[in-house]
Parts: sequence; structure tokens; C-alpha cells
Amino acid sequence: MLSIIHRSSTLKIIINIITIMALVFSIGLSIAVGAVDIRLSTVWEAIFHFDKDVTSHQVIQELRLPRAFAAAMVGAFLAVSGAIMQGMTRNPLASPSIMGVTHGASFALVLMLAFFPAVSNLGLTVSSFLGAGIAVTLIFMVGSISADGLTPIKLALAGVAIGTMLSSLSSVIALHFQIEKQLGFWLAGGVADANWTSVKFLLISGAIGMIIALTIAKSITILNLGEDVATGLGQNHFMIKVFGILAVLILTGAAVSVAGVIGFVGLVIPHITRFIVGRNYGWIIPTSALFGALLLVLADVGARMINQPFETPVGAITSLIGVPFFLYLARGSSGEGKS
Amino acid sequence: MKSSNQNQESRFPSLAGFLILLIVMMFFVTLSIGVIPISPLDVIQTLMLQGSDRQELVLFDFRLPGIILAILIGAGLSVSGVILQGLTHNDLADPGILGINTGAGLAVVLFIYFFQGTLGTNMSIFIMPFFALIGALFAAVLIYALAWKNGVSPIRLILVGIGVNAGFSALLMIFQLKMDPQDFRQATVWLSGDIWNPSWMFVAALLPWIGILIPYVLYKAKVLNVLHMGDDVAAGLGANVEKERRMLLITAVCLAGASVAAGGAIAFLGLIVPHISRKLIGSLHQYIIPISTLIGALLLMIADTIGKNLLSPTQIPVGIVVSILSAPYFVYLLIKSK
Repeated sequence: MLSIIHRSSTLKIIINIITIMALVFSIGLSIAVGAVDIRLSTVWEAIFHFDKDVTSHQVIQELRLPRAFAAAMVGAFLAVSGAIMQGMTRNPLASPSIMGVTHGASFALVLMLAFFPAVSNLGLTVSSFLGAGIAVTLIFMVGSISADGLTPIKLALAGVAIGTMLSSLSSVIALHFQIEKQLGFWLAGGVADANWTSVKFLLISGAIGMIIALTIAKSITILNLGEDVATGLGQNHFMIKVFGILAVLILTGAAVSVAGVIGFVGLVIPHITRFIVGRNYGWIIPTSALFGALLLVLADVGARMINQPFETPVGAITSLIGVPFFLYLARGSSGEGKS
Repeated sequence: MKSSNQNQESRFPSLAGFLILLIVMMFFVTLSIGVIPISPLDVIQTLMLQGSDRQELVLFDFRLPGIILAILIGAGLSVSGVILQGLTHNDLADPGILGINTGAGLAVVLFIYFFQGTLGTNMSIFIMPFFALIGALFAAVLIYALAWKNGVSPIRLILVGIGVNAGFSALLMIFQLKMDPQDFRQATVWLSGDIWNPSWMFVAALLPWIGILIPYVLYKAKVLNVLHMGDDVAAGLGANVEKERRMLLITAVCLAGASVAAGGAIAFLGLIVPHISRKLIGSLHQYIIPISTLIGALLLMIADTIGKNLLSPTQIPVGIVVSILSAPYFVYLLIKSK
């Protein structure tokens, strides 16, 4: 069954269309569920026949709609980042949260909030790119210095160590400047406060990131076969890796600056996607974007329902979904990289 | 090899003496600095019960229990790390990374969530270590079971530990947010690894665990040496491998659980201290264990003092200081390990 899907483009298109329909439906659900439940028909009216005198229309337009869009985009970006990282490094555990990238981004955000409290949204986004970049650089440095390169295990351990250190530094700064609450928000992760400005930000940076990602998708597929094969086919890895890392930084940075640290989406989704559509990154990247969006929109709905009337951080929900999956991968990876 | 071993063994008394001296010095330094500075001479006077009332209050009610707790917790976590590294043949094993600390943390948060207020404060201080212990044991069993696949490979153990750790953290977050604000604050500070609210009650609650378990481990040092050589050798030498391993594992978990109950989730300490000790004294556990006890106590005292004074009046939880100091060393070990 799966091998048929792997070969047939039509089936892949159908899968993507089904996912898009599911995504639209879950965005509708996300808009309807909340402190005040709104009927789906009202949701429809609020979007297509907006009447600013109706309160529920206001709630939908100003709060729920941007929130649902932000959730979808953040999920998509994290999933695509994870897919690019796993494809380039051929490492099943590579993903933004495992590699400490999200911690790097939130570290930079805390720095900015502490020293330049009046910072604009753009400033926050740029600083979270930089922070993500610092974390990635640190981890690759560890990989290049160490004797046998970055095995999956070393990657995970280096990510844990560097992530812990960065988040500890963030805590120190936050405690000293008394911005623990903001930090708590970044570390917990969530899209509750998303507004139209954040949606615009996500759209712009997402467009750039996704264009880069789709442009290099074919090269990633080849790189994934092994660097030797890729060299044999006349590919310039260096430029591809530079663009790949750039795309990861833009996508992860934008996601973190809006939603904070949301773990495991970037780890789990690429695996599921590869399982379904095969190893062609031309398909993996768009499909994992859709799957990631779907997962995060649903997780965000769950975050509102678990503990009403309070919100549970969506990062906690994705972790609970992702952990069993991580354990499954960890059990499988016994052969690679001996201690 | 042999000569270097003997060399290191003969170094033991002077090394231990030196460390004890450092601890004593650090003890007075820590007692004297703080928001209300007390000069070392005054400290000695106050300890002889000849200081002013104010000095007595600051020393006996606040600083002294904090320092003693730091010593006990540092020792407990370090020895727990020694055992775990010895048993798993894994230089990167540590109760924090393996998720044992988070397991204990989750149990304590659940305890605060369900029972806070129904029991008296004094009762709950003595009961909390037991809950932490149950949580730590549960985490250990879970990690061991999940990592089991025709035996437990050290790498799988650590990866599974990381995963279990993440899962427990997520559950922690969910439960924490369900608490009322008062309990929430208590849990948050506690989780970042703080010697919060030091009191003699905590010292009394922790002392028996450390005081009984560390000597027990010391008594079993030779067994640890044999187990460290590998299961085949150990079985050949007549050790009951499985039984001894299980006993020592339970001891390690108890040490970690009790320490975490009193001091919160302090990561990495149990990882780096055994390494430093092995560098200083060689690979025999009858020397590593006492040296680790001393170094762990010393390091945690230093970290606690830094956390309390560096950015005063902001108090940085000691667990955070320990992470910042030891994560680079961990990365260094990672780079070197094959």
C-alpha cells in the first residue's frame, strides 16, 4: 500500500488535498472552541459576512482567526525545519528542539527583552534568528571537533547540554530583570496571544523560508543519499548546506518569536511524512508543512480543552505526543554510533 | 599502570585533607557573606554562641541550615552519579540526564498538588522525600524497562532517559499550571533546583538518608570495582551480579531521590563530580566515593554562594548555577568520548 503511494504522484496529491481539507476543518474547529463556544455556522458568517456589531464576529476576527492561522504556520515551519535538518544530516534525531535551536532563539529573545524592553516585533524576530543561529553553530562546532562526528547520540546529548545551558542563562537574566513571566511564556510555548501583526510576520518570513526550502528540496534528496553520491552527481554541498541552514534559521526563528519553544513537532512530523510519501524531499517538504500545521492546530485546540477554563501550554501537549515517538526512535537507534 | 595507581592511592590522605580544608574555608566564607555581611571572626564568635542576637538569627536560622543542606545534597547527588556511572559503564550517566530527578520532581509536584494543606508543614517535609523516592524509583524502572531490548545498551539508556525526561517535564508543566498561585511559586522555585527556604527540618529529613546510604556504598566499594570490570569478570570472581547491581541501583536512586526532595532538580552535578574524582584519584571506588562526596559538597556550596551573591539581591537557584558551570564540561566530555 505504502509503496504504491511512494510511486504514484496522483496519490500523493490526493493525500495532500485530504490533509488540506482536514486542516481547513480543524482551523474552523479551532475558531469555534474556546472560552465561549461558537457554532461553526457563525464562524462561517463571521469570515464571509463580517458584521462588526456582533460580539462573536469580533471575537472571531480579532482573537480566534489570527490564533488559528498562527498555530498552523508555526506547526508548518517547525515541521519543515525538522525535515530539512534530518534530510541534510541523515540523522533521525535532528530537529529544532532536540538540537537546542529553540532554546537559542528564546535565549536571544530574553536578552532583548531584558536590555531593550522597547524592542519592536521585527527586532524580536531578528534576534531570535540570531539566537537560533548561535545554537546551531555551537552544536555543529561540537560535531566538527569531536572524534567521530555527530552521531545521533552525540547530537542529542550536545543538544541537551547546550539547550540546558542556554535556558539556564535565560533564567538568570529573566530572574535578574524580573521578566520571569515572559520567559515562562517563551519556554512553555503557545499561540494564545497571536494577533494579526504576528500572522503577517509569519507569512512574510514563512514565504522566504519556504521558497528556499522548496528550491533546495531536490538537492536535499540527493544529499540524503550520502555526500559521496551527491559529489559524484556534481552537487555543491557547501552552498546547499548554507541555504538549508538559512531556511531552518528563518523558519525556526519566526516560529519561536511568535510561539515560544514548542517541542517535538519538528522531530515527529518529518518521520511520519517520510513513512507515507517516501524519500523525495520535493514531496516531503510541502507534505510535512501540512501535517505540521494540522498537528499544531489540533494540539492548540486540545490545549484549550484539557483544563478549562485555563489554557495548557501547547508545547506540553506536543511533548506528550512526541515523547513516545522519540522513545520508539531511541529504541531503534541502538546500532548506530557505539559508545 | 600499577605504579601510577599506587601513586594515586598514596595521594588519597593528602587530597582528602586538602578538600576538607577547602570545605571548611568555604564554610566560613559562605557564612560570612550575604545581604547582611558578618565578618569571619564574628562568625566564629557567633558559632561559640557569643554573637549578637541578630547575628545568631541570621546564622542559625538561615545560613547554617542552607549550607549543611548544600553539603548533604552535593554529596548525595555525586555518589549517586558515581554508582550510576560505575554500573552502566557509561561516563555520561547522571541522575539528572537520565530523568530520575524529573521523576522525583513530578512526584513532589503531585504531592504538593494533592496534599498541600491537608497535612501539617512539618509532616509534609518528612513525607516529601518518600514521594520523591517513589517518583525516582518509578522513573528508574520505567527508563530501564523501556531501554531493555536483549539487554540495556548504555546509549539507549541515555536516549530513553532524555525522552522520559521530556515527557515528565511536560506533565509537570500541566500540573503546575493547575495549581493555585501560592503552590505554583513554591513548585517553580523548587523545580529550578533551589535550596529553598532552608530549615533544620529539611536537614533532619535528609541527614539519615545520606548518613546511612553513603557509608553503605563505601562498604560496597569493592563490589562496584568488580562490577565495573564487566559482568563476565564479575561473575567469574563469584559476585552475584544481578543482585548486587540491583541493590546498588536502588541505593543510587534513593540517594538521588532524597537529595532532589530537599534541593530540587539539580542537573549535571552527579555527572561531572565522578569524572573529576577519577582524574584525581584513579579508578578504585573505595577512593572515588569519599573524594566525590567531598568534591560534590564543595561544588554545591560554591554554586549556592555564587547564586545567592553574584547578582544580589536577585537570587539565582543553585541548579541553574550548576548547569551553567557544568554544561561546558559535559560538552567537553562528549567531544572526547568515542
